[in-house]
Amino acid sequence: MITFTQDSVSSFFQTENETENAITFTDVRKVYQQGDHAIAALDGVTLQVKPGEIYGVLGQSGAGKSTLIRCVNQLEKPTSGSVQVNGQEMTRLSGKELRQSRQHIGMIFQHFNLLSCRTVAQDVAFPLEIIGYSKLQRKAKVEELLALVGLEGKANAYPAQLSGGQKQRVGIARALAGEPKVLLSDEATSALDPQTTRSILDLLRDLNRRMGLTILLITHEMGVVKYICDSVAILNAGRIVEQGPVSDLITKPESLLSQEFFPRRVQRQPRAGAVIATIAFDEALADEPIFSALTRHFDVNVSILSGSVEPVGDRRVGQFQIELVGERAADALKYLHELNYAVEVH
Amino acid sequence: MQGQELIDGLWVATVETFYMVGISVLIAVILGLPLGLLLVMLSPGNILDNPKLHKPLSAIVNTGRSFPFIILLVVLTPFTRLVVGTSIGSTAALVPLTLAAIPFFARLAETSILEVDKGLIEAAEAMGCNYWQIVLKVLVPEALPSIVLGVTILIVNLLSASAMAGAVGGGGLGNLAIQYGYQRFDVAVMFATIIVLIILVQLIQLFGDRISQSLRKK
Ligand SMILES: Nc1ncnc2c1ncn2[C@@H]1O[C@H](COP(=O)(O)OP(=O)(O)O)[C@@H](O)[C@H]1O
Ligand SMILES: [Mg+2]
Repeated sequence: MITFTQDSVSSFFQTENETENAITFTDVRKVYQQGDHAIAALDGVTLQVKPGEIYGVLGQSGAGKSTLIRCVNQLEKPTSGSVQVNGQEMTRLSGKELRQSRQHIGMIFQHFNLLSCRTVAQDVAFPLEIIGYSKLQRKAKVEELLALVGLEGKANAYPAQLSGGQKQRVGIARALAGEPKVLLSDEATSALDPQTTRSILDLLRDLNRRMGLTILLITHEMGVVKYICDSVAILNAGRIVEQGPVSDLITKPESLLSQEFFPRRVQRQPRAGAVIATIAFDEALADEPIFSALTRHFDVNVSILSGSVEPVGDRRVGQFQIELVGERAADALKYLHELNYAVEVH
Repeated sequence: MQGQELIDGLWVATVETFYMVGISVLIAVILGLPLGLLLVMLSPGNILDNPKLHKPLSAIVNTGRSFPFIILLVVLTPFTRLVVGTSIGSTAALVPLTLAAIPFFARLAETSILEVDKGLIEAAEAMGCNYWQIVLKVLVPEALPSIVLGVTILIVNLLSASAMAGAVGGGGLGNLAIQYGYQRFDVAVMFATIIVLIILVQLIQLFGDRISQSLRKK
């Protein structure tokens, strides 16, 4: 297999980065003792979440996602390794220091976790009570928070009177009460229908842009990563098997992310005299009449075996598995590479 | 017993019953609720997870619940004398009644608190709540509708247990029914007493359900 891809320069500088990360995991392990055998829910996780980005952790059920996100605010104590939030070493905190630190890390949940005996306004006021706001301060802050998530009219409703999307909005307002720089989202849209999911993700994206809120979210849904994440880590059995900016990974045909994301590629040998290749591109090249150009310039016939063009965030990315027939097929692929297409020949 | 005499007898017995049941319920709730909370919080996977304390505490509660009430009434006589200075009368009956009620209510409260969604504790911890805040702002308010139903069960149970208080001259409605109705074949007294008891139980259940329902915001 021959691979041509643009080497991303950014990944080289990432480790040298001078600016402080919002969240840093360094070789984090979490081992659960179950009777006489141990389960490593996290097996040496290292990742950096930059300030102001939306970082997704994608993985199947049981991969260790919840454990990972719970290590950030130390709901789960790692067995070893270091977890830093805005430069503060979380694993060393305990008691009052830890609680104070938690007051300024927001968290939202799959099942919303609203108090059934409190109204929306009272629930959003809850963290403010813990932080120690006066009653008057709470009232003003709650109004502001409810406006932020678009729930102005629902202040006196109880959770039982709200839809799933509204409940998650309350959860978000409550999570933002402590004016956190970092928001943790534990499968926050997994219990919602697709349309509501989009509206909640839009809200998160909006908060991220307007307030510079850093979001670490975990999900088992590719759609969520595709819709709002800037960076992604793929977690499998407690290990990160791939990580990087979504836009980089998704345009690399060999990445796990793009293999998950795009239609399954056809597994067969090229026909006699033909070449099978996968090409990938992003927004910059999405409008190019590339297949007709190949035909015209190189006199090749192009068949599309699989592929699609998909929106990712507010851009488009595409990947096509194509079969080229013609004497100058190799030149055609070289031409694509020169135009900045990622090209993988099978 | 007839007429005014019957009415007076019923009145005195009702007051005695209210006295015995009221005070023992009060003490049982005050002591049993924290005990129930502890049972939950110390249990495996919970916020104070501690088997070394949980197991003995649970065993003590179980032991307290193992005694048939009538035996407790007799066995505790010396202790009762020590605590309230007498071993006969309504006040004396209070001691075994309360001691039986505490572990019973602790289990009822435990069941109610266990029903509280674990996610709420997680959310509270993530907000930076300490244990007291989790107990007072999450566990108790969220379990309250169910705890109220538990109190209703406790009251009705004590009402029935207090009938045996007659064994130590405790009086009360149950005792009236046994003494006059059963031992002296005074059917009128027995019926009257039972009707009062039925009305009481209905009212208690009605109020318990109402209060619980109004606390449950669903
Ligand atoms: N408290 C626990 N005790 C024992 N094993 C646990 C505990 N929490 C999680 N695990 C195990 O750790 C692994 C990862 O769990 P989790 O982080 O919840 O995965 P995910 O959120 O990706 O579904 C699973 O195998 C799970 O069974
Ligand atoms: Mg999970």
